[in-house]
Amino acid sequence: MNKITEKLLEVIADWTGSFSGAFNIREDGQCVGRQSSPFVQIESMAGGAGMEIRILPGCKGETVYIPACVTKSDVTDLVYNDFYVADGCDVTIVAGCGVHNDGEGEAKHNGIHRFFIGKGAHVLYKEKHVGIGEGSGAKRIDPITDIHLEEDAVMEMDTTQISGVDSTVRTTNANLAARAKLIIHERLMTDGDETAKTDFTVNMNGDDAGVDLISRSVAKDRSHQEYRSIIRGNTRCTGHSECDAILVGNGTVSAAPELFAGHIDAALIHEAAIGKIAGEQILKLQTLGLTEEEAEQKIIDGFLRG
Amino acid sequence: MLILENITWAVPGGEQILKGVDLVIPSGGLTVITGPNGGGKTSLAKIVAGIETADSGRILLDGEDLTSLSITERARKGVGYAFQQPVRFKGITVRDLLELAAGHALGEKELCDILGSVGLCTHDYIDREVSTGLSGGEIKRIEIASVLARSDTKLCIFDEPEAGIDLWSFAGLLEAFQKLKTKNSGSILIISHQERILNIADEIVVIADGKVKARGSRQEIMPTLLADEKAAHCPRGKEVY
Repeated sequence: MNKITEKLLEVIADWTGSFSGAFNIREDGQCVGRQSSPFVQIESMAGGAGMEIRILPGCKGETVYIPACVTKSDVTDLVYNDFYVADGCDVTIVAGCGVHNDGEGEAKHNGIHRFFIGKGAHVLYKEKHVGIGEGSGAKRIDPITDIHLEEDAVMEMDTTQISGVDSTVRTTNANLAARAKLIIHERLMTDGDETAKTDFTVNMNGDDAGVDLISRSVAKDRSHQEYRSIIRGNTRCTGHSECDAILVGNGTVSAAPELFAGHIDAALIHEAAIGKIAGEQILKLQTLGLTEEEAEQKIIDGFLRG
Repeated sequence: MLILENITWAVPGGEQILKGVDLVIPSGGLTVITGPNGGGKTSLAKIVAGIETADSGRILLDGEDLTSLSITERARKGVGYAFQQPVRFKGITVRDLLELAAGHALGEKELCDILGSVGLCTHDYIDREVSTGLSGGEIKRIEIASVLARSDTKLCIFDEPEAGIDLWSFAGLLEAFQKLKTKNSGSILIISHQERILNIADEIVVIADGKVKARGSRQEIMPTLLADEKAAHCPRGKEVY
């Protein structure tokens, strides 16, 4: 693995020189490190298009690292990763992506992740995206996440794009069986001329399924973001989505949340707010001794962290 | 000591609110400014904190001229300000806010002391966002705590701290101000209509129609305030203005 990958891994996957337990490290479309564990089997798909990650029965409290890095121009990395989580397992999956580009050509990663989460299983899925490098070539990350939750399964998805990605289209689709729960926290920041599109589709197909979708984003400079979500309550279920965006400079945001209640007992709520940082917030922090710039940064940091 | 000299201020393009306020707020004491709504009390407090800029006049704190300083500079010179209507922040926790106020990380005991002084339990509040999940009364107490958390204040201003505080917690609020007075050698300035807050004042200043109408000890001022209230046929209650 090269030095750029190591640097990216520090940011996206808390790399400290090694991973314990199961992992697969992808660099410029190639596997540069893999390890399975007694409860986590990682194997290449037939044809080499990606991997199958199998979380085996009895897995409790293990963390699996599946980061992917693109370190140079003119690389388009497309990977399919299928995660099969056995009934009753409890696992954390860290699957960040970093793109570095010092050249003029495009550097792009498309990660297509499918999750098949068994009955009563719990998955914490952490996905952090970042772009670095001084080249004029674009840095793109276009993740697709398909989630299938069986009865009583729970998935918490913590997805963050920090900065430096010129263009991203983030697509998440989920299907929930009875009593399954999906909690998504998205944090997104764009600046310069970056663009970001987020598209969530959640279908609740079993009684007492529930989704909580929280998106917080900051659009700085001339960047543009588009947020689309649809929550379909096809049974007795609960759905909540909250989409908040802060505008800084000439940043623009378009948000179109949609709810569909296809059952009399589907209880769906949406909240949304887009606007600049409230002047009173800046004033309050200034009265504590912060400069206007420091106050703005604290407010943004807190907003994206929360 | 805070000295205000001939402070005037008008709403931009609008009404003249302050019409020449001269005032001396001594160090080591608790001064309460009261008066009718719209008389200029909050405007004056905001001008001292730098949130609004006076059209004329001078502001001196311990002999140093603050008049041309920004909000940030005044805060760093020791001016603390608790807003009448506290601000909410998504993502900023109670701990974050208090640590920003203190200027350093706070230990559990310090946090407990600060929040305890406004009647809140650290365990229940410290990781909560200063946002819509808190009631008006809770957020008001946290606003007051954000000024109490500061260790470098020469002047603490509280704008209507009683707003949203329930009757059962009022005694605790009064105690917090008394404690602050004991430990702080600077000036405490409270804007209030509450008789119970007026009763702990070393000095009461009445501002009406943009001017200082009266000032003196509570023994001197309270009878007049209460007589005015009676004359105005206000229902007998806790607010004197």
